Amino acid sequence: MTTSATAHAAGEADAPALVLSAPLSFWGGIDVQTGRIIDHSHPDLGTVISGRILVMSGGRGSSSSSAVFAESIRRGTGPAGVILGTPDPILTVGALVAEALYGVRCPVVVCEIDNFVTGERIRVRAGHAGEAAVTRVAAAT
Amino acid sequence: MLHGERGEAARFAMELLTAFSRAVGAEALLDISQAHIDGCLYHGQASLDFVERLVAGGGRVRVPTTLNVGAIDLIHPELIRLSPDEQAPGRRLMRAHEELGCQPSFTCAPYQTRFRPRFGEQIAWGESNAIVFANSVIGARTNRYGDFIDLCCAITGRAPAWGLHLDEPRLGRVVFHLTGFQDSLEPTDSLYVAVGLLIGSQSGDRVPVIEGLPPPRSEDQLKALGAAAASSGAVALFHAVGITPEASTLEDALGGRAPDTTIALPPGDVARALRDLSTVPDGTPVTAVCLGTPHFSRGEWDRLLPLLAALAPGRGIPIYVNTGRATLEALEQNGLLADASRFDLRIVTDTCTYLTPILERLDGTVMTNSGKWAHYAPGNLGVQVAFGELEDCIASAAAGRVVRRKA
Repeated sequence: MTTSATAHAAGEADAPALVLSAPLSFWGGIDVQTGRIIDHSHPDLGTVISGRILVMSGGRGSSSSSAVFAESIRRGTGPAGVILGTPDPILTVGALVAEALYGVRCPVVVCEIDNFVTGERIRVRAGHAGEAAVTRVAAAT
Repeated sequence: MLHGERGEAARFAMELLTAFSRAVGAEALLDISQAHIDGCLYHGQASLDFVERLVAGGGRVRVPTTLNVGAIDLIHPELIRLSPDEQAPGRRLMRAHEELGCQPSFTCAPYQTRFRPRFGEQIAWGESNAIVFANSVIGARTNRYGDFIDLCCAITGRAPAWGLHLDEPRLGRVVFHLTGFQDSLEPTDSLYVAVGLLIGSQSGDRVPVIEGLPPPRSEDQLKALGAAAASSGAVALFHAVGITPEASTLEDALGGRAPDTTIALPPGDVARALRDLSTVPDGTPVTAVCLGTPHFSRGEWDRLLPLLAALAPGRGIPIYVNTGRATLEALEQNGLLADASRFDLRIVTDTCTYLTPILERLDGTVMTNSGKWAHYAPGNLGVQVAFGELEDCIASAAAGRVVRRKA
């Protein structure tokens, strides 16, 4: 099943979903060396986001999250892609800078997120012109 | 600018700004009168690679531009518990921003410096607490600009014409009503922190309006409210009816529309929000006190100094105070810090105690009057935290354990 979405940062990803039960601030929320969630007030404390397609309702907290997000993409500890319920310009710019500096793309798209399930495989295709497609490739095992 | 007629750095910044504008759905750019840059705090190689690319491309900011905190206290470098090698990239990042023409203000409270913007000014600011203060308390107009894009705005002198730069998106959408309190609700610092945490966690991307908040004793209480709201959530603008400039009435704050929803804030929610900030019970030994997140204003110093004299801490429990270098300079010129060492006062400028290794001990409990510090420090530093009023923080430093005047 493919859903249309709005692309905020272009890229392609095909990875298992990680649906967060609350928005996550990358700054203060993620250890960039390990990709682990370190925000003590976050319900998913301890979960590793690396290589997953992060699904959350929106962004939260510090405006420094752009740099932490870009750094996690540079190090390869960041998510494979991000699906948001509402736009978050701070994560968007982190992904745009990572592409400009390192040529590594991490798609950031916005669509309805209610039906995604942690563990299911999701494919994200996001173009530069704003169009994106999110496909649920396989159910969670 | 996209074609490089203003140099490679301006071209790169405009290209990024254009892509960002497209992503947020802005149809045009507008002129800005100033910028505040959050990107001089080192978050890793990506922070430095970005700015070095602008320096190498001959970049210069086109509007007055202040800098947020960095990773190093350049005035008190001995406080930073990092080797020279570990300090090098953070120092270089701060210096590289100066090479772009930014002011070396290195404070997260630029709204309490000579660069404070005026009502209605279009600005591009980074740093979540500064953004929410500028929008809410001053009525200047900025979106939440993050690292990188704030500098792109400064280099180009432009910002996307969207969101909180425009009239309609500034209107309140969700009303929080303080209810069930006694008529004479005391404007304690804690109340403003609690209200900030509560609206932050429940507003989502909607502009919150607060009804029933008592008039603050000073703008520092609104600063604490905004900092807390931008920590527990993504609040960039709040209205407080009868207090903030775009909310002389509830109807003004809502633009005459009905709110999406109204949420009650009863005393129990306020008490719980405050209780949840502390990770240890009262009576726990404290190893330090941390004040000044956001940076302590002159008004806050004027409250602290008599407290120090009255309660006489200074028994080996350091009291760290983060403050702007301009504020510190004025205090020193007036000879107000002569007793600092007697009270174990450690003044930190240019950075913040929850960002960079400054605290001598991380194995104990730190007391703070900052909702923002209490929110982030357990994750950033691994310390235990006790939150309390300023008076309780100083009394606890004197007593050596968490004490409060009232339960």
